[in-house]
Amino acid sequence: MRDLKTGRRRAATSQAPRPSLPRRAGRALTPLLWLGPSLALISVVVLWPVIEMVRTSLQDITSSGVTVGYRGAGNYRDLFDEDGLIPVVLRTLLWVGGIVAVTMALSLALGQLLNARFPGRRAVRWAVVVPWAASVLMTALIWKWMLDNYSGLVNRVLLDLHLIDEPVNWLAHPAEAMLWMMWVAVFVSLPFTSFVILAGLQTIPSEVYEAARVDGAGPLRTYVGITLPLLRPAILIASIINVINVFNSFPIIWAMTGGGPGHDTDTTTTFMYKMAFYDQNVGESGAMAVVNFVLILVMVLMYLRAARWREEVR
Amino acid sequence: MTRRIVLAGVGWLVALAFLLPYLQMFITALKPERELTASPGTYLPSHWTWSNFIDVWSAAPVWTYMRVSLTVAAVATVVTLACAMPAAYYTARNRFRGRGAFLLLVLVTQMFAPTALVIGIYREMVALDLTDTLLSLILVNAAFNLPFCIWILHGYFSSIPRELEEAAFLDGAGRVGALTRITLPISMPGVVTAVVYTFIASWNEYIVALTVTASPDRRPLTVAIPSFVTQYQAHWQYLFATSLIAIVPVVILFIFIERYLIGGLTAGSVK
Repeated sequence: MRDLKTGRRRAATSQAPRPSLPRRAGRALTPLLWLGPSLALISVVVLWPVIEMVRTSLQDITSSGVTVGYRGAGNYRDLFDEDGLIPVVLRTLLWVGGIVAVTMALSLALGQLLNARFPGRRAVRWAVVVPWAASVLMTALIWKWMLDNYSGLVNRVLLDLHLIDEPVNWLAHPAEAMLWMMWVAVFVSLPFTSFVILAGLQTIPSEVYEAARVDGAGPLRTYVGITLPLLRPAILIASIINVINVFNSFPIIWAMTGGGPGHDTDTTTTFMYKMAFYDQNVGESGAMAVVNFVLILVMVLMYLRAARWREEVR
Repeated sequence: MTRRIVLAGVGWLVALAFLLPYLQMFITALKPERELTASPGTYLPSHWTWSNFIDVWSAAPVWTYMRVSLTVAAVATVVTLACAMPAAYYTARNRFRGRGAFLLLVLVTQMFAPTALVIGIYREMVALDLTDTLLSLILVNAAFNLPFCIWILHGYFSSIPRELEEAAFLDGAGRVGALTRITLPISMPGVVTAVVYTFIASWNEYIVALTVTASPDRRPLTVAIPSFVTQYQAHWQYLFATSLIAIVPVVILFIFIERYLIGGLTAGSVK
């Protein structure tokens, strides 16, 4: 269609075998017309902050926000000298690994359940979608309230079941607080993940299952031999998106413990945020942000390598 | 038959587990204020204080918060779609120099989250003198949801055979007519997924709004809600009443498109 149109126009104007320079330039610029708005938005709002962040990490900025000059790797040196850094990074790795692993395992089961036929399936799907639609912050706040030392539902239930003798202040103890917050993160990640798995399950043609049944394969063998391999693209996509989201998850920790007591429940994102906006240490915080980004990149690449992504791309 | 009953039983338990926190939200929103400090906490309100849902509107400028959230989410969604559709359509239909680079850029930007870049974003907004404006929130939400939308729509547009469009074109529908009457209706599930995804992500965005806005009348719901519970006051009932007011419309929206959503995600994950 395109050739027909340009061909006709060319015949009408000139006999030249090659289109004129302006026209070639015009054709080269057509993509810009279609892609321009997206490119502009991405450059100004995504790439600019990336550059700004790297620049910040190299600058000497006073606590009142005045840029004095460049200080090279000074901010990074300060950052690596922080006593809190190593525990925070280790905690972040544990946070991401634990949440993504549990989320994926539960979502595989949940996807299977949502795909099975039973009365009321639609209503169950709607219920599962709710934490996805609700803001993560609000979900974190209701869990904070349920875990409240004095009036929380969790303590009330455990007291009534005689599992504890007196109320536990869950969010004041780093280990318990961490486990509860990881649970909340799993809770809010489940809807999206199980829907991606569900979508993946629905792309598997039923003939494949029939063939397996004819061959006498049991349910477990069918699942391991057929369902899981065919779900690979869905599992890959879901876990990468989860790694990125969980790494960057800020509202849960911010609302529930604020990273406290001290830095005992901080992950790299809350650590970075406190550094910039509470300690007014903008340069060092920029360095933390860069380190944070490199960490995400390394984790995703390691995961892709482990999952042998190349085979998927073909 | 027994299998279906067992499945239904498990299914309903799962549904209950997912709804429990929100049920608790509802129950807390209906408790009278003095009951909130009772220890141990009560299961059900001693007095069902429905008036909390009315009083909350005067306890804080909830309407303003809602207007801010709605404006940001709606405008960001429109901007995202206006940018994503032409880009996705053009890359799906044409081979040109720079196409691969563009798609790679989209894929890479998908890995950037506002949380990781919040310091850079804040400094940029200071430089552009855009702090404490709705425009800054709109731009950020539109830009960070753009890659996902381009990706989903690109998948949809590529899956529609070119011949279908050409047939409509030859029938005299025109290029625009072919696009609006053939391509768009077929890719509706993808468009709906992109719209809902962007709207909800913007409606729920927290960290940038927390950092960039300062005036009470420019704060979206997510930033405003926690201020019901501070060192000086603990209006958990209002906090959760407002949360429910914010959550319920979005849940209804989500349920409405749940069927599309599965198709939309398939296109995204297979492509």
